[in-house]
Amino acid sequence: MTKTSGLALVAALVVALGGGWLARSRAEAPHHAVPPSADGNLVVGLCDGVTSAEVQGVKEGERLTRSQAQAVSDQLMEEWRRKNPQANWDDARAVHVAQAAQGGALEQSVPPPEGSRPGASIKFGGAGAAEGAREAAQTKQGGAPQGQTGGGAGGMPAGPQGPVQDGHTYGAFSQRDVDIWKAATDEFVAQGDRIFHSADLLGGTIGVSCDMCHPNAANTHPETYPKFQVQFGRVALLRDMINWCIENPVRGKPLPDDDFKLRALEAYILAQRRGVPLEYGKH
Amino acid sequence: MAWKSIETKHYEERDAFFRGLGRVSRRSFFKLAGVSAAAALAKGLVTPQSFQLVELAWAADDGGQAKPKFTFAYISDAHLYEQKLNDRFVRAILKAVDDVNALDPQPDFVLFGGDLAQLGQPKELTLGRDILKTVKAPVKMMVGEHDWFLDMGALWQQYFGPTHYSWDHKGVHFVTIMSVVEKDFWTARGMTPMQRMQTVAGLDNGVQSRFEVGEEGRKWLSDDLAKVDKATPVVVFSHSPLYKYYRPWNFWTDDADDVQAILRPFQHVTVIHGHTHQLLTNRIGNIQFHGMLSTAWPWPYAPEGLPKLTVQMNRADPFDQFDGCGDGAVDVLENGLANALYNLWDRNPITVKASYVASDGGQDRPPTTKLPSF
Repeated sequence: MTKTSGLALVAALVVALGGGWLARSRAEAPHHAVPPSADGNLVVGLCDGVTSAEVQGVKEGERLTRSQAQAVSDQLMEEWRRKNPQANWDDARAVHVAQAAQGGALEQSVPPPEGSRPGASIKFGGAGAAEGAREAAQTKQGGAPQGQTGGGAGGMPAGPQGPVQDGHTYGAFSQRDVDIWKAATDEFVAQGDRIFHSADLLGGTIGVSCDMCHPNAANTHPETYPKFQVQFGRVALLRDMINWCIENPVRGKPLPDDDFKLRALEAYILAQRRGVPLEYGKH
Repeated sequence: MAWKSIETKHYEERDAFFRGLGRVSRRSFFKLAGVSAAAALAKGLVTPQSFQLVELAWAADDGGQAKPKFTFAYISDAHLYEQKLNDRFVRAILKAVDDVNALDPQPDFVLFGGDLAQLGQPKELTLGRDILKTVKAPVKMMVGEHDWFLDMGALWQQYFGPTHYSWDHKGVHFVTIMSVVEKDFWTARGMTPMQRMQTVAGLDNGVQSRFEVGEEGRKWLSDDLAKVDKATPVVVFSHSPLYKYYRPWNFWTDDADDVQAILRPFQHVTVIHGHTHQLLTNRIGNIQFHGMLSTAWPWPYAPEGLPKLTVQMNRADPFDQFDGCGDGAVDVLENGLANALYNLWDRNPITVKASYVASDGGQDRPPTTKLPSF
């Protein structure tokens, strides 16, 4: 095999893998099928994948006015809060506080899952995916000897302050879930790492790769974007700079926004900046 | 495609000129470089000439405190691929060759600071050798890890001779020493020579070993210096810094402490090193250290371990191929110390004076950076 065809094969493989990954992620994203209205009214679904509300006087295919949309949103949120009376609802301001706080965001903003307290009652408010997962986690936990995980459900340690809130829709995951998610994230970052260090994977034509000027992604400062990039004469995102570098020093072709390689490169660069405060617009 | 970057347009303008380069002989190669400089002048761009003006200003600046005795220039870290693959780095070293050839008066010699090749390939080393043949002043060669780890220095030594050597020049003892020896990390991993080379060529991988002068090199250095009077100024050339700056990137020499011990008895020692591609200054006791600029690309400053005497250079503009790169000169002074001139392309040059280093930053501080690195 010639060198050129070898490279082409590698490139094709990357494209195929990347394409497959995108297709899979789209296909597997859960879709909330709302029950149809007997009168042909518009039915709006809530983000929990379970709750829905019918809007009287507005037919399927019609557009809500701003006030109608706000009214149905309020109604759905009201319903969600009724179903999850003890849920730890984060207001917008609380999210800011959690992000700025020291330590891992996970511990700060997401309480341990329901059932961390021995004897906690489990409420199944519906048949959505979240509840199913919670049920599975609870079944698994029931089969494991108590005390092995230090008293926490699903391998999560019990809260130091004793009882924790339950009825939480978004907190229903175990340490095992966290480990799986971390492995998947790390693999994505590792893919970015490989691309970052390979002129061939970047599509470069002159043997230059990102790491040659940015070892460990040094001096890429992803936390400073978006910012006005004088050389472009407009506001740039990190991906604009990645593509600029691919096109110019690396002399490859810029990648489309949804390209697997561009996403992986972003993931790798961001992963090198853990703990650095976001400072968009900084020069 | 409608939109073209500044650099792309720039390349297109110059491509026609460089297209014929592969076909020219070494003899006409220099003429071509002269044509390039003339073309730049005709456009109103003053490239090599700015270098000379700075030389004069700098000599006047010292006001008789420490007169320059003689000057040598340097070119370093060219990282050449073969030309048909990458003409960008070829352009950069040619620019440096133009710079040093335009110096008037000419430097006593030109040090090449190592990493002539990117992956130790015969075509890369041959291209580099041919380009350096167009330097008018005598060239002193230093070996870098990129030159070595494909064939373990076979071709480099065939072209350029031994890796350790010394000579006396106008009362100064010069030493060139290989500092990029690595312990065998490749045999156990079953690596091919190319895999070994590519591993060493990456800065941010933890697989390779740390650089060292090694026992043999240290013995050679001790024996060589045994003949030298302790009052004689000593200038040492190494590729890696002969101290410990940042281990993960091999901005580092593992046996630096032992090497420094060999240099400690001498009154005036200056170490000039490559590899770090940045304005870098350090002092350990009697030893002053200056890093050299690369012609190919600048490295960012490491996240920790930066010597406190270092006045950082401004962040490089990614939109300018030559920004943060360059060449330079070292002025060996009557008092046995040396001033280092960083000829940063497309920027004002910076001189780091011996008096600044000797006074631990107390006087003659170089201009500080406007944009600190991230």
